[in-house]
Amino acid sequence: MTPTRIVINPPTEIGGTVPTGDNLHRRGLRLRLILGVFAIAACVIAPLIGPTAISLGEVFDPTIPFVQNVDAQIFFIARLPRALAGALVGGALAASGVVLQALLRNPLATPFTLGVSAGSSLGAMLVITFGVSLDNNSVEAVPIASFVGALAALAIVYALATMRRQGMSTLVLLLAGVTLNSLFSAVILFVQFLAEPTQALQTLRWTMGSLDIGNYQPLLWSLPPLAVAFVIFAQLPRALNLLTLGAESAATRGINVLNTQRMAFLGASLATGAAVSLGGPIGFVGIIIPHLVRLLIGADHRLVLPNSTYLGAAFVVICDVGARTLLSPMELPVGVITALLGGPFFLWLLVRQK
Amino acid sequence: MPSRGRPKLLRANRVSYSYGSHPVLQEVDVQIPTGGLIGILGQNGSGKTTLLKLLAGLLKPSEGSVTLDDMDLAGFNRPKLARRLAVVPQETEIPFDYTVLELALMGRYPHLHPFELEGPTDFKIARQMLAATGTDHLEQRVYRTLSGGEKQRVVIASALTQFAETPTGPNTGLTQVLLLDEPTSSLDLCFQLTTSKLLTELNLSQNTTIVLCTHDLNFAAGLCRDLVVLREGEVIAAGPTDTVLTPETIRAAYGVIADVHCRSTSSHPTVVPISSQ
Repeated sequence: MTPTRIVINPPTEIGGTVPTGDNLHRRGLRLRLILGVFAIAACVIAPLIGPTAISLGEVFDPTIPFVQNVDAQIFFIARLPRALAGALVGGALAASGVVLQALLRNPLATPFTLGVSAGSSLGAMLVITFGVSLDNNSVEAVPIASFVGALAALAIVYALATMRRQGMSTLVLLLAGVTLNSLFSAVILFVQFLAEPTQALQTLRWTMGSLDIGNYQPLLWSLPPLAVAFVIFAQLPRALNLLTLGAESAATRGINVLNTQRMAFLGASLATGAAVSLGGPIGFVGIIIPHLVRLLIGADHRLVLPNSTYLGAAFVVICDVGARTLLSPMELPVGVITALLGGPFFLWLLVRQK
Repeated sequence: MPSRGRPKLLRANRVSYSYGSHPVLQEVDVQIPTGGLIGILGQNGSGKTTLLKLLAGLLKPSEGSVTLDDMDLAGFNRPKLARRLAVVPQETEIPFDYTVLELALMGRYPHLHPFELEGPTDFKIARQMLAATGTDHLEQRVYRTLSGGEKQRVVIASALTQFAETPTGPNTGLTQVLLLDEPTSSLDLCFQLTTSKLLTELNLSQNTTIVLCTHDLNFAAGLCRDLVVLREGEVIAAGPTDTVLTPETIRAAYGVIADVHCRSTSSHPTVVPISSQ
């Protein structure tokens, strides 16, 4: 029933319906263009929406000097930093999600699976609760502390996963991450229990995620780690395809597995840490976006990674518009919006097949 | 193992390996000639899979060395080695929804530059190997949804795509090595025979060197030209199949009393296990 003859001479006709490498490239490029434009459009349109209506024509009207152009001031000073923060956070979290899912060979992994959310929350909380004496400058100390907390959690997880044997144990990565999340959460709850109610509330607010960054300064701080992360991500996609086959299959197809795992881990750590320090642990972006993109275009990481980055950016910018306007003038935490959208989607993914 | 005058392609030179303090292989010498078709036999825990991983360069020997054309495997860069040596693991489970064609194309990665995409040649080779393993009609199916036998053949096709430099097959003048770990463990009787036939044809028509480890003595007897038998990490017998596969060797390797027949209906010896000691 099955032909097993080895064809030494090539079959001459090649089906034209199936994507070739060029097609793959074109298909990926087209979606990337669409989603890239979508992300940029989201960043431009989001600042137009808010309690004070402004018009795009007015904002970019060259005849009005900037100091007199109220619309432009609202656009560039009050609202654009926030939209850009949303784009960076969303892109970074979605890309990290893709990379970690491949690294852990687990489509249900998120950027926070490895203990990042609790680690960064712990860092933020320590500064909020104990660090008020730091020049009264805790506004800037919190992002730094959360970045450090995120990287510290990842460093612990990494050390544990590489301790026992040659190579990196993805099982230990996963289990250590889950354990650290609980452990740090317990420490957070303990300190919260003893802390002043106002500080406890402030910490709680932080963990809900917010993109209210105020000015461009936090964006600039987040750029170096994000730049390094995305330079790493650019090299990874093909190797990620192989990593999902398993470490040994990847090695016999010509990649240095441990190096790839290290780079993936480093890139995802930097991106997630930067995202968390900008916007807090905003959940579900890192899982729903990669899955949506896979539904659109298949599993090849050369397509999934860039497209997830753009869609993730647009998604968080749009969610943040919802956070600002749904119950205006009250502002919702953006993490609540992404979770309200993401949670049901995640559950649907779980039961969708198998 | 007798070399029969052919060059030794892949050799393990007095190789030892231990997991922690537990020795798995001790001073194993194996010489695999170009174009050989070799089976590694032995009980569970005798070191078969470890030996296969050492031959694949996936493990580094604690003592001794593994060489391909007299060059230490540790000295090969990974893509270069991947173009000459491919491995079919016992099972390949993939948590993402790659299509069969995408998986076959992954065998082409060692041939591509860092940011290069697969070209028409790569597609041609991938389709050719899918056809050779009888899975070309599945190319748009998601790998995860295939049956065990189909998966096995797709993985073999993906491994074979690693070799060809051009669609007309290997042209490097260097022969290639295919290592298989328990290739029949998830296959029904018909697919076992199909796989056996496929490997024989590969070996004969492409001169691909094939090394496999297996528990199935009759599968090994029907397919392999030479056998290596391991017990507790040491080689207890090696050589042509009909001289190695004797009741004495089987008893020594497995502690099982067995009859070995040479029936006229099959060209190879048949093992009938009688009782365990």
